Amino acid sequence: MSSQVISPGSDWTFEIIECYEREIARIAANYNLDTYPNQLEIISAEQMIDAYSMVGLPVGYTHWSYGKQFLATEQRYRRGQIGLAYEIVINSNPCISYLMEENTSTMQALVIAHAAFGHNSFFKGNYLFRTWTNADAIVDYLVFARDYIAECERRHGELEVELLLDSCHALMNYGVDTCRQPYLRSDEEERAKQLAQEQYIEEQYNDLWRTLPVEPNLDRREDNVRFPSEPQENILYFIEKHAPHMDPWKREIVRIVRKMAQYFHPQRQTKVMNEGWATFWHYTLMNTLYDEGFLSDGSMFEFLQSHTSVIFQPGFDDPRYSGINPYALGFAMMSDIRRICESPTEEDRRWFPDIAGSDWLKTMDFAMRNFKDESFIAQYLSPKLMRDFKLFSILDDDTKDHLAVNAIHDEAGYSLIRQELAEQYNVASQQPDIKIVDANRRGDRSLTLAHSRRARRRLDDTADEVLKHVAFLWGFDVRLDEIDEGGKIAVTRETKICAA
Amino acid sequence: MLQVIDRRLNGRHKSAVNRQRFIHRYKQQIRKAVADAITDRSITDTSSGEKISIPTRDIKEPSFRHGRGGSTETVHPGNKEYTAGDTIKRPPSGGGDGRGPNASKDGEGEDDFVFQLSREEFMDLFFEDLELPNLAKTQITRTVEHDSVRAGHTRDGIPASIDIVRSLTGAMARRIALQTPLKRELRSVEEELEALSECDEPDQNRIVVLQDQVQHFKTRIKAIPYVDEFDLRFHNRVLRPRPKTQAVMFCLMDVSGSMDEQRKDIAKRFFILLYYFLNRSYEHIQVVFIRHHTTATEVDEEEFFQSRETGGTVVSSALELMNKIIAQRYPLSDWNIYAAQASDGDNWPQDSGRCRELLVEQILPKLQYYAYVQIAVERQQQLWQEYDAIRAEHPHFAMQTIIERAQIYPVFRELMQKREA
Repeated sequence: MSSQVISPGSDWTFEIIECYEREIARIAANYNLDTYPNQLEIISAEQMIDAYSMVGLPVGYTHWSYGKQFLATEQRYRRGQIGLAYEIVINSNPCISYLMEENTSTMQALVIAHAAFGHNSFFKGNYLFRTWTNADAIVDYLVFARDYIAECERRHGELEVELLLDSCHALMNYGVDTCRQPYLRSDEEERAKQLAQEQYIEEQYNDLWRTLPVEPNLDRREDNVRFPSEPQENILYFIEKHAPHMDPWKREIVRIVRKMAQYFHPQRQTKVMNEGWATFWHYTLMNTLYDEGFLSDGSMFEFLQSHTSVIFQPGFDDPRYSGINPYALGFAMMSDIRRICESPTEEDRRWFPDIAGSDWLKTMDFAMRNFKDESFIAQYLSPKLMRDFKLFSILDDDTKDHLAVNAIHDEAGYSLIRQELAEQYNVASQQPDIKIVDANRRGDRSLTLAHSRRARRRLDDTADEVLKHVAFLWGFDVRLDEIDEGGKIAVTRETKICAA
Repeated sequence: MLQVIDRRLNGRHKSAVNRQRFIHRYKQQIRKAVADAITDRSITDTSSGEKISIPTRDIKEPSFRHGRGGSTETVHPGNKEYTAGDTIKRPPSGGGDGRGPNASKDGEGEDDFVFQLSREEFMDLFFEDLELPNLAKTQITRTVEHDSVRAGHTRDGIPASIDIVRSLTGAMARRIALQTPLKRELRSVEEELEALSECDEPDQNRIVVLQDQVQHFKTRIKAIPYVDEFDLRFHNRVLRPRPKTQAVMFCLMDVSGSMDEQRKDIAKRFFILLYYFLNRSYEHIQVVFIRHHTTATEVDEEEFFQSRETGGTVVSSALELMNKIIAQRYPLSDWNIYAAQASDGDNWPQDSGRCRELLVEQILPKLQYYAYVQIAVERQQQLWQEYDAIRAEHPHFAMQTIIERAQIYPVFRELMQKREA
């Protein structure tokens, strides 16, 4: 077999990387992995820190918060508190993966299998990414965003742009559509629409109107129309479109931040699946590579050592515990689906009649394409896996003195645990549910947001800070009602704009 | 389909702009940290940056988040003993249940945000708003002059700079290298020809062939040029900026009995600041240390800061020595001269007037700047009064008192304050 081994030593060369990519691509094709073309980029550790602080993007606009991120990462790296991830992969077409020059040749093979084939095929296949992100255009858009913001800084001053970005960033998580299907508009249509909108707003805003004699009938009719007619979850979108008199360039920047948020949103929703899928495939691909004699025994050990530490899951009482490791859970679930397909137990047949004994490649492909973390866990978390992880559920109710164990990994608890774990990965329910409920268009132009409390969970006090940012963007007074489960307003926070 | 791109050659400092923005935004906090740092900074440490820490709460980015309280359900791995329905004592808030971002708030206290400033960034913040006093001479000499210095050899140049020896050495080596194989062949042909001609019945045809060959090789050997163009080597010369902006800094310190360790330490820090400061503006700085009690001596740095003498104080002795050293070693046309004097203000009563004379008549005209710091509480000493009179007439003479360490920097700033022209 030694004649086949791609890299006998631990140093990599460009030939070795290309050779690994070729072999892995061949094996991946046998497993029907559908990927974007790959672009592997070799970078140094410092560049990796750069990439880290730019949220992994190859191009980014300038903002102090990225500098903060950079300093923090650099400091922790220097002190040896963190090792750098050995890969970053970008959802783009071609799919860009970063390989660190410090990696050994085995690690490069692992990263290629994990990122360039695992994540890559997930980006290309999963419905969220297909619906909400445009891999062909992202790099161009990033370049546009960077240049546009740089141009704005030149024209309007760095400070002005920085303040605007601060405010947008505070609302970044509320710059995302979750329900509406995106209507794909061409760029031109977009511009035309935006222009029309601007004109409309300019026409709407006319101070003279205040002095017009009131026509009671007309007024009542208009007042009855609540605006927006339905609560709006995408706060940044609403501000971009409806802020009473925001400069067009500011609207464009709001839009850029919103687009970035939308681009990243699928990644927040598929952490477990995405990492699980990539980890499952690097494991499978590397094993096949070894079986075919392309990996030396030494490389295989190195790979396994790294793989096991990636999927390590400490228990809740372990000092190293910091929540469930998405790599561990994801990898275990993906492997478990394969197991259920290939060698189902009696229990599996009962829980998963549809997939038990089916073709594992097809089943996994279906799972990868059509789910997000929440629904994926709700659909595929098996009793065996709950037992393996010894999962249990804790109820922490601040009106009670004690924590209560709700359910454990037993027959009575499986369903509840599955349901709760799924909920834990529901991005929409983990972040406070805040919507725009009213924009006063005829009167003081104030904006009202409402937070619907769930399980009596309040907002923490940074909400006041965020509200200031909303008011800064909106340009008029902003109110935030916290509504309890009974539908009553429990707390109202307000930010007044002193002078317009 | 696959593309492998080596990005390592791209810029490594993509985040430099963002880093700069961050520092700019939190300048107030960082400047404070820098000022704190110099108070505790080790004296010999002139080349490193500084670790800066600012409170995390100052740089937080807000977002809508859930606060504490309410009712939450979370799933954890690794159950060993619990069964459904068990109750567990609530761990102290922030304790090990790892429940999201609130956990660390009360548990361990928020860490400061710590990062490293580079030396340049540190210095820039440190000296912000300060301008080197009396920069006139520096400004004039800023126009950099160049010296042409030898720097090895190149393959092209003007005929005047041909290095003949090196060119011919190379040519000879090339000739030997190219001729040797030909000569070897020629020799073998000639030998064969000779053998043939000694033969009884020479093969005439063969002789003709061989003679042709001899001719052929001779022509080829001849064709190898004696000196070829690529043998030529030229002297290479590069322009190196000639440092004109050089400065000498005189450190004068009283080491008489009344200067205790603490006072000396303050003086030391003050000198260091001045050194940093000059370091930014001059390419070459020499430092002359003069210590004095009743007599003055020039010493090295270590001795300057460590020795301690007893006895009285005669300040003029140090000034005289400084004047002498300037005259001997530092011609005014080449040097910018700065002096800083630290003392506790004690002086032999009859000497203070002499000091003033010396300074005004001899020394100050030669100097860019003279800074006097008195490390003592009481001001009304004779030396101070005499110096005070000088200050009125000479704008490049400055004086201040320092009582404790933390004052060094403010006083230094004040002394070196930007002056109105």
